[in-house]
Amino acid sequence: MRIRLRFFAILRERAGAAELTRELTGPTTVGEVWEALRRERPALAGFAGSIAFAVNREYVDSKTTVQDNDEVAFIPPVSGGYSRSCLKSSSSR
Amino acid sequence: MFEIVEQPIELDRLIHAVGRPDAGAIATFLGTTRDNNAGREVIHLEYEAYPEMALREMERIGAEAIERFAVKSVAIVHRIGTVAIGEVSVAIAVSAGHRDAAFAACRFAIDRLKEIVPIWKKEHYRGGEIWIGPQRGGPAPAEELAAR
Repeated sequence: MRIRLRFFAILRERAGAAELTRELTGPTTVGEVWEALRRERPALAGFAGSIAFAVNREYVDSKTTVQDNDEVAFIPPVSGGYSRSCLKSSSSR
Repeated sequence: MFEIVEQPIELDRLIHAVGRPDAGAIATFLGTTRDNNAGREVIHLEYEAYPEMALREMERIGAEAIERFAVKSVAIVHRIGTVAIGEVSVAIAVSAGHRDAAFAACRFAIDRLKEIVPIWKKEHYRGGEIWIGPQRGGPAPAEELAAR
């Protein structure tokens, strides 16, 4: 199973790449992909900010399992800032 | 009209895009690049987008504004790349039957854009540069974005 990874802004600089591909052997969540990247690239591990994830250009949570040919994007805080107040919160989390 | 452009935003075209015979008002918002932030002098700004996703989110904001405020039409254009001080980096136009709805929807659209559209800003100073993150503090609620 192959996935495409995309990085933007500060994460692109820290990853040293705008895009990467990864081969996965079993069911993997986007959160697990991110943790593996952080182990592999110390500059990503040092990123103190929090990030959001998108799969195929839709925001997803970290527990989402990736599928073959998915485009997984790691999204640092956007320029106006994430505001909790206007986002619909999920009572289940 | 929803666009991400690398050249100066054409405001006439933006306003024309929302013009409708049944509209009595067009409200616009222009975000311009400021020469200072948190006491530091900013020389110029640089914007980067995840263009495919940013456009989709901009279209979604437009549809949501029309639904929530019963406005006629929404246009959003964001500029990326290097933008000099004092230029327009984002422009929104909203047409509506009456001005109250146009103003409200325009405000909603820029607030929402800044929260969820994947476009980033880097401020360049003399001798430094920094990616601008959350300006209101707190961690990015990745789970909340996903839960929309």
